[in-house]
Amino acid sequence: MSHRELDDMLGRKWRKPHFVTNPVLRWSLIFGFIAYLIAAFMTIEVDWGRVYEGLDRGWQFILAFTRPDFISRAGDIWGGLLESIVMTVAASVVGILISIPIGLGAARNIAPLPVYMICRGIVAISRALQEIIVAILLVAIFGFGPLAGFLTLSFATIGFLSKLLAEDIESMDKVQAEAIRASGAKWMQWINYGVQPQVMPRLIGLSIYRVDINFRESAILGLVGAGGIGATLNTAFDRYEYDTAAAILILIIGIVMMLEYLSGVIRARVQ
Amino acid sequence: MPVLEKDGAQIWRRHTLREKLVRWFGWLLGLLVFAICWQIISESTTWFFVWDAPRIANDIWTRATPPRWEYITQLGRPIWDTLNIATLGTIIALFLAVPVAFLAARNTTPSALFIRPVALLIIVSTRSINSLIWALLLIAIIGPGVFAGVIAIAIRSIGFCAKLLYEAIEEIDHTQVEAITATGASRWQVMAYGIVPQILPAFAGIAVFRWDINIRESTVLGLVGAGGIGLQLSSSLNVLAWPQVSLILLVILAAVVISEWVSAKVRGAII
Repeated sequence: MSHRELDDMLGRKWRKPHFVTNPVLRWSLIFGFIAYLIAAFMTIEVDWGRVYEGLDRGWQFILAFTRPDFISRAGDIWGGLLESIVMTVAASVVGILISIPIGLGAARNIAPLPVYMICRGIVAISRALQEIIVAILLVAIFGFGPLAGFLTLSFATIGFLSKLLAEDIESMDKVQAEAIRASGAKWMQWINYGVQPQVMPRLIGLSIYRVDINFRESAILGLVGAGGIGATLNTAFDRYEYDTAAAILILIIGIVMMLEYLSGVIRARVQ
Repeated sequence: MPVLEKDGAQIWRRHTLREKLVRWFGWLLGLLVFAICWQIISESTTWFFVWDAPRIANDIWTRATPPRWEYITQLGRPIWDTLNIATLGTIIALFLAVPVAFLAARNTTPSALFIRPVALLIIVSTRSINSLIWALLLIAIIGPGVFAGVIAIAIRSIGFCAKLLYEAIEEIDHTQVEAITATGASRWQVMAYGIVPQILPAFAGIAVFRWDINIRESTVLGLVGAGGIGLQLSSSLNVLAWPQVSLILLVILAAVVISEWVSAKVRGAII
């Protein structure tokens, strides 16, 4: 039997190679992980009685998806949804427009060092702060309403898009850009004809992806008073109106699916 | 090539006249949409508060500095809870995401007609709803606390992990699978020796990547009552204890930076 021969050749029984080859590291990882799990389970308090009581309500919620109620709170739902969409569109436009210069500045191969440091700093701050925390601060500063949400989403868009754009510019093909420069192009012309055509498809794809994320985020900003559908959803949960909540969730899922499909089509076309 | 005739000489143009017109109308339409969106945001904004914003921001800044450092002794437990929410949530999500991913991948799904769409629906619906909304819902069902946070993070992560994982499964090298099949291996043996070793690095990468994102998200889950450091943040905000707020924000920032660093290191070691 060939299996026998292989074992004879190896001098031991063949076994699947381990994923982590260093045995000391492997066992310390496994033991550390198990120790952590035990510690974690010891400290989590679960009120199983409360969970058991809640199962009935959970079932009610799942049932609510079969009969979503779009009608009785129609005004609130459509108003909130419109506000979410408006915030998404405005924030995406402003965010993308601002993130292009910052993205150019954050690319080491076209920006001088001081500009690079400043732009990378902006990107790092924007990425480290979650949307909801930024929203809390901006609501405290600018007052309730969609303006705070709009500013939050714009700020978050800058961090996301600038970083990815900068990385794309850093990995571009230098030859094309050099050819444009050799023809005596000015800096703007160099960017416009040497760099832009190379990064445009990815920029468009990322922008549409960001619109998608912005819409999803706009659905929660209402929880802290920054406008959008979140406030309506929060009220619906607080009043145990699961059929209204289900209607809102179905609308959110539907719009996200539509955006995802759209971004797939557009990305396939530009690439 | 689009050219312009001028004094008998041909001058190169980037776009033809038709392309120019289409582009021009596209920009006009975009500008119009943005103007309408801005109008709607502007209408529901109290501009008095906005003009007053610099003073308010300055006021908050003076109240929030210096952070109340001694408060950090009370943050140990919330940070531990936050870590647990993120880690246990990620582990549960991975357990659930693996079967969903195998059902959703074109080359491993048992039925492309019936089961694959269901798996894709699970992926899309869990992905498009933010973890804060899941937390809101779960708090209404199973009561506030860390457990609701763990489940919220788990549900939110299923779609993300399953999507990345099924894309990895679809991209595997088919010749290896064929080689294992040719030895007369059963369906499960093909899975264990032909497919799993190929996707294991991707799986580990996805797990760490999602864990990093989950640390971020679990820091704010407390805002709706799902445990972790966000609980302290929201109670400090409610009593306007700005020095505590600034300390908590610093702690969250540190947690995010550390988790991103760990995740980058681990992913670097795997790839």
